[in-house]
Amino acid sequence: MPDDELRGRVWKFDHDISTDVLSPGQYAVDPVEVRKLHVLESVNPVFASEVEPGDVIIAGRNFGCGSSRETAPENLTALGVSCVVAESLSRLFMRNAVAVGLPIVVCPGAHEAFADGDQAEIDLGSGRVANPGTGVVLRGEALPDEMREILAAGGILAVLRSQSGQSLN
Amino acid sequence: MGMTLAEQILARAAGRESVKAGEFVVADIDLALMHDIFAAQVFDLLSDVGIDRVFDPDKVVIVIDHLVPAPSTEAASIHQRIRGHVSRLGINAFYDAGEGICHQLLPENGHVRPGMLIVGTDSHTTTYGALGAGGTGIGTSDMVYALATGRLWFRVPETVRFELTGDLLPSVSWKDVILHLAGRFGSDGAQYRAMEFDGPAIKNADMASRLTVSNMALEMGAKFGLFPADEVTDSYLRGQGAAGTNAFRADPDASYEAVHHVSLADLPPQVAMPHEVDRVGPVTDVEGLQIHQAFLGSCTNGRLEDLRAAAEVLANHHIAPGVRLLVAPASRAILQEAVDTGILATLVDAGATVLAPGCGPCFGGHGGLLAPGERCIGTHNRNFIGRMGSAEAEIYLASPATVAASALTGKITDPRLLEVAHA
Ligand code: SF4
Repeated sequence: MPDDELRGRVWKFDHDISTDVLSPGQYAVDPVEVRKLHVLESVNPVFASEVEPGDVIIAGRNFGCGSSRETAPENLTALGVSCVVAESLSRLFMRNAVAVGLPIVVCPGAHEAFADGDQAEIDLGSGRVANPGTGVVLRGEALPDEMREILAAGGILAVLRSQSGQSLN
Repeated sequence: MGMTLAEQILARAAGRESVKAGEFVVADIDLALMHDIFAAQVFDLLSDVGIDRVFDPDKVVIVIDHLVPAPSTEAASIHQRIRGHVSRLGINAFYDAGEGICHQLLPENGHVRPGMLIVGTDSHTTTYGALGAGGTGIGTSDMVYALATGRLWFRVPETVRFELTGDLLPSVSWKDVILHLAGRFGSDGAQYRAMEFDGPAIKNADMASRLTVSNMALEMGAKFGLFPADEVTDSYLRGQGAAGTNAFRADPDASYEAVHHVSLADLPPQVAMPHEVDRVGPVTDVEGLQIHQAFLGSCTNGRLEDLRAAAEVLANHHIAPGVRLLVAPASRAILQEAVDTGILATLVDAGATVLAPGCGPCFGGHGGLLAPGERCIGTHNRNFIGRMGSAEAEIYLASPATVAASALTGKITDPRLLEVAHA
């Protein structure tokens, strides 16, 4: 397994952030360079322009609910977001995040424990999420090995490429 | 230990004697669905990886339903690319623009059988659970992998079972039931879980009603929204000209994460309020709010039974001034039947605008978007901020009868009160 430990500046969001907010329908078929400019704009108009590579999203319950659109996690990776930590994640967002190589952690209590601009320390291997500013340490859910292997490869397409080199076609 | 429906479906697809919730399996895909928002991109990615075929062209279904008829040159070009890929790859099950919404076309055309494992690049692929099939949404990258290999990884989900009892009141539909469940258990009340709907009440749920419920199981976070296959399933399949089915049920000793007993006997018509599907209450809570648009359609409630329920409310009446009533039948076959039965004439006489069979304005792409400050009540499945245009518009979700009653008065209206007024 590669480096499982991340540290980054926090952007905090509420409950039920939907894929319509992460990847608005009007830009559904636009290229990622356009789509990423509209990420989360209806709940935080400055996020897309001010987020920096390595920043972390901390969110409430049911993050990424809504559609199957993979552009939701893909837009976040395009902006350089290094990890999403949420009280709970929609199943499809979780599946798609793994597929595009965006690390995620389900961590009850995270929404309470962070404010915008805090630093977050995250260990994907153990699910540990810490706020060094306040000293709060939370125990999130460790990702299963099967998912971490796909993340480590850089996503499911990278897995497919390496497999198809061996056996397919 | 016996297996739930979800465990039975994944065990068979993984070629295993049995599986348990929490296990990871690699399973064979019985059917892969894509629609026009993602199909071209998936096919391009497949080519990028260097693969020029799909695992089995007979197990792939392509539907052009979202951007229909093409509202822009870009959309038209995407449709054109999809048609090219479909013929290049030898995919026969292709439904072009105007045939209808994927989640109606697959059951309607006999693609869905109980026990199948179906993946789609659409979250509401859970709809096929109405026929006892394990339908679930995946993203484009996972779909590329599935098309290339015919397989995909799955975590076997825990199952939450809903034991439903009691008869529905008049003017109350299964849309009201699933809205009520979403309100009661929350939008992540079934996150990662399979939902199983059973109990004495389901024998009264026809296939259209079951499709509505399984469709919206997704709005509670579910991976699958499953009904057992029973006599209702058998007669639906025969009615579509397909072979009938044996019963397909959970084992009596299957283990559940939770079993909820829910009585439907006194349930009043329900409405989901902006901007969450689980902000639900009786229609009477918000009665009287002025509306600007009413939408009857979508893969949740665009079926003949839904159009009929609306037509019964609207017959010999006209919608209120200042209200736009948009009707999008879920398929061409439904549109045809609505014409043949006079249902469409009733709706048009009442002032409805009829849209092409397809998604219509449901996802906010085109065909009836909302301005800031406007309010819409619709039969679809999502009321998120900005879902139908402006982020400053409001969307309420309800049954076809409630939507029709509201179009009639221009205000959110409990259809039961209208019956009194009409009498
Ligand atoms: S009708 Fe709405 S929910 Fe259904 S597939 Fe179309 S856009 Fe999605």
